[in-house]
Amino acid sequence: MSYAEFLGMGAELSLMAVIILLFIYDTFASQKSGKYLPITAVSLLAIQTLYLAFGGIQEALLFGGMYSTTTMSNVAKIILNIGTILVFIQAASWVKDDDMKIRRGEYYVLTLITLLGMYFMMSAQNFLLFFIGLETASLPMTALVAIEKYKENSYEAAAKYLFFAVFSSALMLLGLSYIYGAVGSLYYSTIAASFTVTPLTIMAVVLFLAGMGFKLSLVPFHLWTADVYQGAPTVVTSYLSVISKGAAAYALMIALMTAFGQEALGIWINVLYIVIILTITIGNLFAIRQQNIKRFLAFSSISQAGYIMLGVMACNDFGATSLLYYVLVYIFSNIAAFAVAGAIERASGKLNINDYDGLYKTNPKLSVAMMLAMFSLAGIPPFAGFFSKFFIFYSAIETGIGAMYVLVFIALLNTIISLYYYLLVVKAMFLKESENPIAPIKSDCYTKTVIFITGLGIVLLGLVSWIYDYIFSAVV
Amino acid sequence: MDFSYSIVILALPLFMFLTLALGGNKMSQKFAGILGTLGLATIAVLSYMVAFQYFGMERVDGVRQALIPYNFEWLSFTEKLTINLGILLDPISVMMLVVITTVSLMVHIYSMGYMHGEKGFQRYYAFLSLFSFSMLGLVVATNIFQMYIFWELVGVSSYLLIGFYYTKPSAVSASKKAFIVTRFADLGFLIGILLLSFYTETFSFDQLTADGGFFLTTTSGATFMGCSVASWAMALIFMGGAGKSAMFPLHIWLPDAMEGPTPVSALIHAATMVVAGVYLVARLFPVYLSVPDVLELITWVGAITALYAAIVACVQSDIKRVLAFSTISQIAFMIVALGVCTSMVPSEGGLGYMASMFHLFTHAMFKALLFLGAGAVIHAVHSNEMSHMGGLRKYLPITHITFLIACLAIAGIPPFSGFFSKDEILAAAFNKSMFWGVWMTIVAAITAFYMFRLYFGIFWGKEAKHEHTPHESPATMTIPLIILAVITCVAGFIPFGEFVTSNGESYHIHLDMTVAITSVVCAVVAILLATWLFAKPNSKPEKMQAALPRLHKWAYNRFYMDNVYQFITHKIIFAKISKPIAWFDRHIIDGTMDMFATVTNSVSEKIKDFQSGKLQMYVWVYIVGAMILAAAAIYTLCIK
Repeated sequence: MSYAEFLGMGAELSLMAVIILLFIYDTFASQKSGKYLPITAVSLLAIQTLYLAFGGIQEALLFGGMYSTTTMSNVAKIILNIGTILVFIQAASWVKDDDMKIRRGEYYVLTLITLLGMYFMMSAQNFLLFFIGLETASLPMTALVAIEKYKENSYEAAAKYLFFAVFSSALMLLGLSYIYGAVGSLYYSTIAASFTVTPLTIMAVVLFLAGMGFKLSLVPFHLWTADVYQGAPTVVTSYLSVISKGAAAYALMIALMTAFGQEALGIWINVLYIVIILTITIGNLFAIRQQNIKRFLAFSSISQAGYIMLGVMACNDFGATSLLYYVLVYIFSNIAAFAVAGAIERASGKLNINDYDGLYKTNPKLSVAMMLAMFSLAGIPPFAGFFSKFFIFYSAIETGIGAMYVLVFIALLNTIISLYYYLLVVKAMFLKESENPIAPIKSDCYTKTVIFITGLGIVLLGLVSWIYDYIFSAVV
Repeated sequence: MDFSYSIVILALPLFMFLTLALGGNKMSQKFAGILGTLGLATIAVLSYMVAFQYFGMERVDGVRQALIPYNFEWLSFTEKLTINLGILLDPISVMMLVVITTVSLMVHIYSMGYMHGEKGFQRYYAFLSLFSFSMLGLVVATNIFQMYIFWELVGVSSYLLIGFYYTKPSAVSASKKAFIVTRFADLGFLIGILLLSFYTETFSFDQLTADGGFFLTTTSGATFMGCSVASWAMALIFMGGAGKSAMFPLHIWLPDAMEGPTPVSALIHAATMVVAGVYLVARLFPVYLSVPDVLELITWVGAITALYAAIVACVQSDIKRVLAFSTISQIAFMIVALGVCTSMVPSEGGLGYMASMFHLFTHAMFKALLFLGAGAVIHAVHSNEMSHMGGLRKYLPITHITFLIACLAIAGIPPFSGFFSKDEILAAAFNKSMFWGVWMTIVAAITAFYMFRLYFGIFWGKEAKHEHTPHESPATMTIPLIILAVITCVAGFIPFGEFVTSNGESYHIHLDMTVAITSVVCAVVAILLATWLFAKPNSKPEKMQAALPRLHKWAYNRFYMDNVYQFITHKIIFAKISKPIAWFDRHIIDGTMDMFATVTNSVSEKIKDFQSGKLQMYVWVYIVGAMILAAAAIYTLCIK
């Protein structure tokens, strides 16, 4: 192995540089200049994103085939970076709070370390590296969930998350060890070449799926989601629901398509088929009953994860493009929703959907942003969510398999259910009257920025067709 | 020849519409009115330039060429089937440009006086611009689909203008009636277009009319219910035209459309929009010639409408309704003129085409004049009823004279324009057969009668009591009247055959003396009869009414056509068809949806305990779930 191979990991190295720079800045900067930390973090990450996009990162297969970087993985990383930047902007007002001030550096560094873990997970071509990346992403996440440790909810959520993460990792490791036992290798390419369907390997694939199902909060591995989303700080929930999920979806897709893409296809297609139906349906059924906006968004994100997984079912370039595009749109829509919910929570402490009654009268801009987010999540044209749903459905239909039509039909039925609860929020804001509505909120410029960018994204991402074309050209 | 500026004729009214619609409320009424009028004046000048240039061009092989300065592809379905938007200049479209912009300009000027101080004045001008845009787009369409788009836009602007006084329930229901009836007819139009394009694989007028046989050969052999598909398509397309042109039995919307402001009636419901049906048939004339059975149908529809509307017009008491029925009757003249054609050559049975277009031109001018005159009368006495008028010639001298000129023109008295165009139509009808010639001459005589009944009723006869003395209208209203009256006096001498003929060749108009003398004698007799009955107050009309009570009652109630529609829609469609469908929708479809909702809700209630907050429970579900999935996979893949 030559050390020059490290230079092939441009994305990871540059992100590591950002982390180290931020860490140094946080450690040595005076308390006064520490307030520039958020803007520094955003700028550095933005520069690193530009490097990913225009830095000319080469496709490479490094470390004996353990690690690969492709234009597709690069685009996936760019998409996650965009989401992380949005979350960082959203977080800027939160980390100025007195009790957060002293650990704001930790927030940024920990978040970026989880992102680094996701990078590795997405570039892995070997289950060992995959697992290391997964754990690198999971453990700091626990700390992030618990970052408001004086709040009972926060550490309860962290305990649940940690326990579940450990539990699912253990099961996944068990599955991976079965695979190693059956195939004698953890390289994706070797597994793909010498996989045979036996009860043992079936068990292994299901356990692997279960482990990733936890990350993606797929039913029935989703039960932690609502409790953790509700308990964690809103900014962390926002990150957890979009970035963590997006990365896991992409990594899972790569693993399934390359390692289990041939002999094992029949196993996971069937299992995932059931899991998708369960995820979309159960997520919806629970979302209907939620009163707390964060729990509501938790269940909505569960059912959205089901839609994302539809992109894997096609198991081709078109499906992969649709998945990435869906993740991009979902990042914008969900961050918009969380940004509005977060702004309202910070100003009034209110988190119930009932409290949103008559919001339009007092906070028209926030209401419109939330409405855009809900419309996009529900998939109403001409907003981006419609196009992402369209492409992901179309990618499944295009395979021409009869069962896929059934699957898409069930997914379509579920969009009707989801329309109901998304519109409940809109109805509360626009149609209902309230005796004591939430007072007009004066948000700071960070919140305004993130709401503006996401709102614009929701309107434009679908209409500007070259975005999809760009992703597609990177995937092929 | 460079016609690239013709695009401005379409772009400017659209721009005026957007400006007036979006910025109208920020302008003063006067400014909006002047802006709209100036905009239209510019368009009129451009149209005259187009006409001058176009008709000044040399004929190629003795035939006027059709030009297409613009034709851009908008939607492309297949290699052959594309929808284009463009501008087609040929004799009839250029003539229509002149007619539309002239009448529209007159109406714009007139409205500044007539609509002065009305609420929504800016909105009125915005709608007028929208209408001008749509109508101009309709006539210059290069293909039938573009025509259809603008056809519907014209319908919308007509709807908006009829319902201009939207606080008046009668105006609202009239606008709805107009829209629904014409829309129903347009359904036939659309089906016709689809049939046509399906078989010929083109929308373009060029290709459709290039060779009369082209359409027939592509549809030959295909029949439906005993008629060829070609006949069906062309009959359905004519249905659309009949709806817009208020042909019997789709005429019922036009009399009600008089609820709109009177200048609008002059522009849309007399001079321009209602002749769209005539224009459509003329546009597709070579194709219609290849389906003689449809042409026969067109003749019958036109002839029946002409007679029916003329009879009804004799007994109406609302002056605008008289004019409305007179419009229906006159448009039917044009339709009949097209229907009686037997060839493309004017001297061999194709005279009707030229006659129809000629009459369209002259009629637009004198009917606009009649409506604007009626508007001036209404403006003076604040009523539409003839019983509130009488003896107005002393108070409204200009209106009186111009109205008389228009009446003489429509009655067909030389040297006014109507005489010449009507004479050509009658000659064409006699050419076809004695039967149609006699029929149309009778209708022409009735026309003279009811127009002079109207004239005497308004300006002579017993003077009604007025709240204040009626006075002549302001100059903005009288000037358009005078201009149109002058046009009416001289338009008959235009050598129309030089400009517009069925095959584009020059045709020298010559009066057929037998026909001309017969029709003038009939008209004069009818006018004398009207003078005898209505010029002085007397009891003769009542006596006549008493002698024919049933006929009068039927005619007064428009032969109960509206009641027939009422019966069909309410008693048959609403009660027998819509009600059961509504029941099905409310109980079966909604019920199913409600059931889904209930099931969804109750399932979600049942499963909510899984989300207990207990970690042990979560892990249990997780592991059992994974095991079940694994077991299912093993069962399907290994055991089965």
